[in-house]
Amino acid sequence: MRHDIRSADRRSTVLWVLLIIATVLTWAVGEGGAGGPAIATLLLGIALLKGTAVILDFMAIGRAPLLWKLITLGWLALVCALIGLAYWKGIP
Amino acid sequence: MDSTAAIAARTAPHSHQPARLAGDLAVWFFILAELLAFGVFFIAYAFARAHNPELFAAEQMALNRNTGAINTVLLLTASYFVVCAVHAAEAGRSPVGARWLLAALACAGSFVAVKSAEYAAAFSAGISLSSSTFHMFYLSLTFFHFMHVILGMVILGALWVNARKGRYHAHNLNGLESGAAYWHMVDLVWLVLFPLVYVIR
Repeated sequence: MRHDIRSADRRSTVLWVLLIIATVLTWAVGEGGAGGPAIATLLLGIALLKGTAVILDFMAIGRAPLLWKLITLGWLALVCALIGLAYWKGIP
Repeated sequence: MDSTAAIAARTAPHSHQPARLAGDLAVWFFILAELLAFGVFFIAYAFARAHNPELFAAEQMALNRNTGAINTVLLLTASYFVVCAVHAAEAGRSPVGARWLLAALACAGSFVAVKSAEYAAAFSAGISLSSSTFHMFYLSLTFFHFMHVILGMVILGALWVNARKGRYHAHNLNGLESGAAYWHMVDLVWLVLFPLVYVIR
């Protein structure tokens, strides 16, 4: 069991580093001032990946019953998709 | 104390563990309700912006993305420390878990300080809920989240007190996991809020 916790610690640590890198990437795009639906989609994609990591690993939904995976990841996917739709819809 | 099934699920090797929700079912229902509320808020922002993208882009550019990004790092790091606290308690090292929780609290407190400074700057610039549609969304969305961070700090504080007393271990993790799940929800919501309000134009 101890060994399992250690490997879980390692996985969470790697994810935390990746989450910070993804945050810096989002910040850099924002500072660059780029906009438009393609950039919006990229940034929403990054948010989707970050959220998935937090849900599956930090919230331990990866070890939860399938229904909970569907509800939580479904919420994230739906919210990101509808936001994306609003940005694409704004094109004249 | 946790149920026998929960203990059995946790003490078995990971590869053979039956699926288990980490934390209390009632807390998870509360988390889902919060996620729904934030979700509706986010989608409303996105569609309101579609009606007036130029105004939103101009006012968004005036926001401080540096403090927004720093706050994202603080929340993510607090979440990571909470994960470390749960792992420590699970391994029978509750006092170590308490130190991780204190580190998470420090990150959460830093978030509150940075956000407060951001609000102070906005108010001194004359920005209010009635300034514009963008500012109405920016202030109400971020403040709604801010209140969740405050509640999260109260929860982390309570967990810290219990962890210091050595109350969490492999056979009693429910309270710690429930509080941890709430905290991660606060983090998760911000991961969408930050790009949406500060970056995407």
